Amino acid sequence: MSMLDIFDTAGSAMAAQRVRLNTTASNLANAESVSEDPASTYRARHPVFAAALNNAMDAGPNELAANPVRVRGVVESDAPLDHRYEPDHPFADERGYVAYPNVSAVSEMANMISASRSFQLNVEVMNTARTLAERLLTLGQ
Amino acid sequence: MPISFDNALGPHPAALALRAQRMNVIANNIAHADTPGYQARDLDFRAALSARLERKEGQPGAMRAWQTRSRHLPAPGAQHEPALKYRQPWMPSPDSNTVDVQIEQAALAENNIQWQAAYRFLNGKLTGLRTAIRGE
Repeated sequence: MSMLDIFDTAGSAMAAQRVRLNTTASNLANAESVSEDPASTYRARHPVFAAALNNAMDAGPNELAANPVRVRGVVESDAPLDHRYEPDHPFADERGYVAYPNVSAVSEMANMISASRSFQLNVEVMNTARTLAERLLTLGQ
Repeated sequence: MPISFDNALGPHPAALALRAQRMNVIANNIAHADTPGYQARDLDFRAALSARLERKEGQPGAMRAWQTRSRHLPAPGAQHEPALKYRQPWMPSPDSNTVDVQIEQAALAENNIQWQAAYRFLNGKLTGLRTAIRGE
């Protein structure tokens, strides 16, 4: 695994965090989107991260094979919908309840902060790797 | 006596390469800070460097087998404690991820300084060699 693999790894992590930020934005934007049929109401979406293994066969004994972050998919939350009693709402059912999405604003905000911190950290890693790689090019000059 | 660059440069090229390798390991940990089940790893620099230097120097006349790929079968006399180890987590996390971002960040900074030190040593050796070749 060469030094330039860091760019792959950190880049994949940044892309994955961006997907996470995207789902968070979508969840927060749709936090109050109701629909007539509770089955088609928006449900909170979350990405699932996994480690991909690249060239594991080529790694030396003390070398780590590069494993970039892979987004395995975006899953919808199974949490129950938020039923609110609003009998005057046009989409209310016969008992007067409206099904709101199961988006938890608090956990979405926490997710957002975590994603942006992770993104920043990966930028820092990439910057470090770039500085070192640039210095390496001047070796012996 | 022929000039051997290997002897002239000493352990510094190996140290520089291992520092870059350790940076890779730490970068991997940081990238997977949010991946469920990911186990943080770290390179035992001392063990890795001594394994490398021992392999380079070896004993003249003695035959030894070396594992240069992680998938090589271990041979007698080539038993090395692997230098790539798993980090012990400070506290358990619900998704069994053992990356502690602060520790990784500190390790990255430390490794960065050590890399620069190795770089300077190597650069000094090379500059010295060049001065010797020029004979000025």
